Amino acid sequence: MDTRAATAIEIGDAIRRGDVTAERVVGDALTRVAEANPDLHAFITVEADRALARARALDRATTRAGALYGVPVAVKDTICVRDMRTTAGSRLLADYRPPYDATAITRLEAAGAVIIGKTNCDEFAMGSSTEHSAFGPSRNPWDRSRTPGGSSGGSAAAVAAGLVPVALGSDTGGSIRQPAAFCGVVGMRPTYGAVSRHGLIAFASSLDQVGPIARTVADCALVQDVIAGADPHDATCDPAPRVSCRRDLAADARGLRIGVPRHLLDAGVEREVRTGLDAALEALARDGAEIDTIELPHSAHAVPVYALLATAEASSNLARYDGVRYGRRAAADTLDSMYARTRTEGFGPEVTRRILLGTYVLSAGDQADLYRKAQQVRALIRRDFERALDGRHAIALPTSPTRAFPLGDRVADPLRMYLSDILTVAPALAGLPAISVPAGLSAANGADQMGRGRLPVGVQLVGRAHNDATVYRLAAAIERHTPRG
Amino acid sequence: MAPQLTGADVARLAELAALDLPAADRDAFARQLSDIVAHAAVVRQVDTSSVEAAAAAELASPIAPIARADTPTPSLDRAAALASAPEADAAAGLMRVPRVR
Repeated sequence: MDTRAATAIEIGDAIRRGDVTAERVVGDALTRVAEANPDLHAFITVEADRALARARALDRATTRAGALYGVPVAVKDTICVRDMRTTAGSRLLADYRPPYDATAITRLEAAGAVIIGKTNCDEFAMGSSTEHSAFGPSRNPWDRSRTPGGSSGGSAAAVAAGLVPVALGSDTGGSIRQPAAFCGVVGMRPTYGAVSRHGLIAFASSLDQVGPIARTVADCALVQDVIAGADPHDATCDPAPRVSCRRDLAADARGLRIGVPRHLLDAGVEREVRTGLDAALEALARDGAEIDTIELPHSAHAVPVYALLATAEASSNLARYDGVRYGRRAAADTLDSMYARTRTEGFGPEVTRRILLGTYVLSAGDQADLYRKAQQVRALIRRDFERALDGRHAIALPTSPTRAFPLGDRVADPLRMYLSDILTVAPALAGLPAISVPAGLSAANGADQMGRGRLPVGVQLVGRAHNDATVYRLAAAIERHTPRG
Repeated sequence: MAPQLTGADVARLAELAALDLPAADRDAFARQLSDIVAHAAVVRQVDTSSVEAAAAAELASPIAPIARADTPTPSLDRAAALASAPEADAAAGLMRVPRVR
């Protein structure tokens, strides 16, 4: 078996049947990681001995049950794995070993998965390129001078480079979808509340979601089925019975209606990205979907709303990093100076910037109306989507206005970096399920003035709340009709 | 007219956020934050009359929080919790910090 090219579904089947051992599959993955990681820097931590020991235990077991039996998985470093170094991409947690597993991890392991390491990310998930990781950026496997996107850039790079078949990421304003698009893989942001946030290091609690990244739609759907569902540890995790994300993967798109917000394509969307979207829409039409044009009038305000609300929540969530109970502690004579030095030495500039902005939004003064106003505009954005999805099953639009940008291109211009999230933040504010699926590779051709080679383009599908299965169904339709690069 | 944040404004925010920023950094952050706030303040111009009556709690979260039965269950083991602390007195079951002042 070619363990590099195999999907998670194929690997799980083969191991359960006894055609290949978990030790062999995991060992192969670790070998690939050792070869590729010095260059790609997809992983911050690799725990080879622990992974092989677990794989051997799975091979020895007399009963083999679990949809991900023996499958090697990479986990974004904002997700807690017990006793496995978990840094959130921050100096402040550089040596932190969580005393508990995130619920998503407990469920992956109950399904037989083998976690081989933790992947690189922007610090505390704040960024769109992994350039804000305290441990250095990751590189895009398609073009190593470019970013893999962020903040789940390490996970997307690991999957795209064939190091592991599946990975976990987290998405607050686009942090699964945009790296998936930049790296030519599938990345799903589940409906808010579908997957427990217990054990996800918090950034913005009304927006954060754990989700899967994989090379195929079916693998993504399988991982979401494994990790999703009620959790008493998370008061925002929906306890309602779930429909399997894989329920409709084999169905075509006949009877499904899709709206396209063409007005959002006016400014700043690269020609190659538009071409990718058109190709995906053609694929959906060939598969039987009906497509029309819609308007999302308040989406123009999504980035400002996100900048105000997400940073306000972040400034509150990151107050816990004070050097008392875990993480780095700075030397100091008094408690107050311990807090301030610990935080100042531990946080990087992007996190510091967002904490300051969030503190500004939440403090008394002339700007105190901004937070409530942003909440109200968020409600209007949500309503735009509800109206557009009334009588339709999904909205289709690009994931990102551009393909992967060069490392160093935006890191000195925070506002420009925030604007690169313009197409992903609105569905997140609305709490809706949204997937990025590859729409093919942009062609290398002389007409491309930037001289870039073949870079992936992602297309985004946004569905109705708790209709993740329909999002996966449409993603599968695009996948069926899209040639793999 | 969007406010321009000054280094002094950033110093006040840093104090609120328990951050200890050097003076040069304060001015740089002030410039960046001014740009971002100017961009974000556009939300004030949006007509929100149709949602103004909505309660704050309704606006804050996409879903209403879910409660569980009020029965005690085991929580994080104390020794495990103390093991994460930079300085702990395991016998006393306490984490040690500098004096307040």
